[in-house]
Amino acid sequence: MSLAYYPGCTLKTKAKNLEQPAVASMQALGFKLDEVPRWNCCGAVYSLADDDLMHQVAPVRNLIRVKKQGATRLVTLCAFCLNTLKRANLVMKEDVEKRDALNDFIDEGIHYGGEVKVVHLLEVLRDDIGWGALSQKVRLPLRGLKAAPYYGCTLLRPREVAIDNVENPTVLGDFLKALGASPVDFPESTKCCGSYQTVSSPGDIAEYARPILSSASSHGAEALVVTCPLCDYNLARGQKELAKKQSGFREMPVFYFTQLLALALGLDPKVCHFELNHGSPELLLREKKLLSQVESVSRIGG
Amino acid sequence: MSTKQTKKKPAATAAKPRAKRPAAKTAVKEEKKIAARLIPIYIMGKRYEVPEGLTIMKAMEYAGYILIRGCGCRGGTCGACGTFYRKPGDYKLQVALACQKTVEPDMYIAQIPFFPANRAVYEFAGLTAAPEEVFKLYPELFRCVGCNSCTKACPQGIEVMDTVSALFHGNVAEAAQLSFDCIQCGLCTSRCFGELAQYHMFQLARRIYGARIVPRAEHLTEIVKAVNEGKYDRMLDQLKRTKEDELKKLYQEREVEPMGAGEDWKPKDTTYL
Repeated sequence: MSLAYYPGCTLKTKAKNLEQPAVASMQALGFKLDEVPRWNCCGAVYSLADDDLMHQVAPVRNLIRVKKQGATRLVTLCAFCLNTLKRANLVMKEDVEKRDALNDFIDEGIHYGGEVKVVHLLEVLRDDIGWGALSQKVRLPLRGLKAAPYYGCTLLRPREVAIDNVENPTVLGDFLKALGASPVDFPESTKCCGSYQTVSSPGDIAEYARPILSSASSHGAEALVVTCPLCDYNLARGQKELAKKQSGFREMPVFYFTQLLALALGLDPKVCHFELNHGSPELLLREKKLLSQVESVSRIGG
Repeated sequence: MSTKQTKKKPAATAAKPRAKRPAAKTAVKEEKKIAARLIPIYIMGKRYEVPEGLTIMKAMEYAGYILIRGCGCRGGTCGACGTFYRKPGDYKLQVALACQKTVEPDMYIAQIPFFPANRAVYEFAGLTAAPEEVFKLYPELFRCVGCNSCTKACPQGIEVMDTVSALFHGNVAEAAQLSFDCIQCGLCTSRCFGELAQYHMFQLARRIYGARIVPRAEHLTEIVKAVNEGKYDRMLDQLKRTKEDELKKLYQEREVEPMGAGEDWKPKDTTYL
């Protein structure tokens, strides 16, 4: 089965370790992630200004091109892309005036009214495949891996675009359970990672990461699992800063959910590109006997 | 644009340059037979009547402009004569190269022969194939909001916004290929409210692609080495000493590679390989 797929710019540059295991895993599960031809920027951050129509042009154009292709559903991997695309789609569905102005301006020759359904890969795994069926496909159960699902903000907020219960999300935990891992619930799983604030105030990055990491760690987690390249960046950089400030601070590996999926499905670990992760996730995986001892993962640029 | 307007009123006849127009009565009479119909056009807002069938560039010259800049090859490849125009009753802006597009009645014309776009200065030898090289030199790339105005302004029909997106994706090779037909006219940039200099970025992408991404032709290195080592010196000397008649004979009798010859084709005489 083929699914129209929107990667987003980060997955093609900094977060290849989010995309490549996803594409390989979905293939193993019988789905082809079919990249939308000639996609443009997703909009990066949803604009909260009510009259900032220009900001909606990029996400809406992507959706129009998906509709033109004849697809009815668009799969995303990056939580930020999901959020901007889904919210822009909501505008096209619900605000007639803005819909007309945007259609008129974008000028792609068809009228778009929010027909494409934007979904996250986790929703495909949960709703199309199902946790039971997924767990049956697992060839290397991630036994003993105590991983804390970290949702961040964009998968769940605002409520209108949430892929799960906003207050008590379980999708990432259920996913980990299906892979045989032991998800670690912790109250900070939806706390803000600092998002783009860390661009204007890079000094604060550690203070955003501190409560999340210490809470996960005190609840017994050995690793964090994320869906968003910005969460990954902030939590990894934040750990580096914390390690400088606090002697004895133990860094915690941060995984993309797709890496663990590929690993559990028994795919070649090379596809996970662990060398692109911050910290040393291979050490933990070897300790848990999830990665062969002789497996040498070449490092790119330290 | 450096233009100068003469005060002469355009004559109502031939489409020839005025300097060559003969004054003799007989010649005028002959010209009338082939006289082109005059159509009105607006150059920078002023109305002129020009013979139909002229290109915008020739029509401007007919109207009295002397083009010092904003004209180059006159063959549609140099990118010096990017032009915007609009037809009455249509809000849409159209684009053309002044040397290629023929005039149409009532078109409003403005040439944009040059645009003050930001062009990064770099030492090419130090650049790698990484897309980050483009990001660093042109950080304004990320100001693109996907409005697509650039694509609409391209007289070459390049998908300009898609090319910007390809750079976003870090795909320098795709950007180079998509922008292959770019002639650097700069009309895309003139319409960009993100102030991106698309055509300069694309040129950088094509340079990186050509020098760092396309595989090197290994046999070229070998041949250059052989040339430098003097493998062909004796043959060239021999050729230089050959008399003209003998040269002609050699040329006429040369063995030509047949049409559809395979990769492994070789001439009968392999002395010079």
